[in-house]
Amino acid sequence: MMDEENEREIKELLKQAIGPVKDSELRRDLWPQLLRKLDDQPVSVGKVPWFDWALAAILSAVLLLFPGMIPALLYHL
Amino acid sequence: MELLAQFAAGDLEAFEVLFRQHQKEVYAWVVRIVRDSGIAEDLTVETFWRIYKSRARFRPDGNFRAWARRIATNAALDHLRGARHETELPDDLAGAPGEDPAVRSERRKQIKDAFHQLPPKYRLVATLALIEEEPYESIGEAVGISAGLVKIRVFRAVRMLRKKLSPLGVEAIAE
Repeated sequence: MMDEENEREIKELLKQAIGPVKDSELRRDLWPQLLRKLDDQPVSVGKVPWFDWALAAILSAVLLLFPGMIPALLYHL
Repeated sequence: MELLAQFAAGDLEAFEVLFRQHQKEVYAWVVRIVRDSGIAEDLTVETFWRIYKSRARFRPDGNFRAWARRIATNAALDHLRGARHETELPDDLAGAPGEDPAVRSERRKQIKDAFHQLPPKYRLVATLALIEEEPYESIGEAVGISAGLVKIRVFRAVRMLRKKLSPLGVEAIAE
């Protein structure tokens, strides 16, 4: 109950000091801007970063050299 | 359904149709969080760029609107984490009758500063819940947390604000 009153008081202060957004209407089409961004920073779906490959290679090497670690790894997964 | 499947398969025309269907709604959501039209436009573009980038993960039987809103919320949160506060004060604020405008302005500035010192994840839910009066359920859906957790974050944000604003005479009604 008191929490609700505190919340109401803070809400009132914030609404006075900041206030809700009055105009949330988009005034222009953003598609051309998005196309420019897609051109500048082409998306690469499914591309695996090099460090993921490096990590996989290191892990494989460790497991090949020390197969006894496989149960411990499976336990931690 | 067909459109969403085409989008998920990488069809740029299908993506454009979805963009045109949802850009206004995404913008309207983001501008209420970041409170700056230019930043909201950039974040709307960023949101759809992220959407296109993640299209392979989208299930065509899923809810595109909810997915877009969640990505937009994350983009806005990333912005809050990296930005200093830039919100302009509205000019037509109500003040106590007869209150000195200089005092009123100083008080508003202190409230605004206290609000912008909140950690971004609290500021985000507090903005939507306390200023924009968005229901907890819809905030939770957009942030990816339960309505109960939204309520907890709002409660903590109120407590932090109350503490910061106590020099202004804002005290807890009861502890």
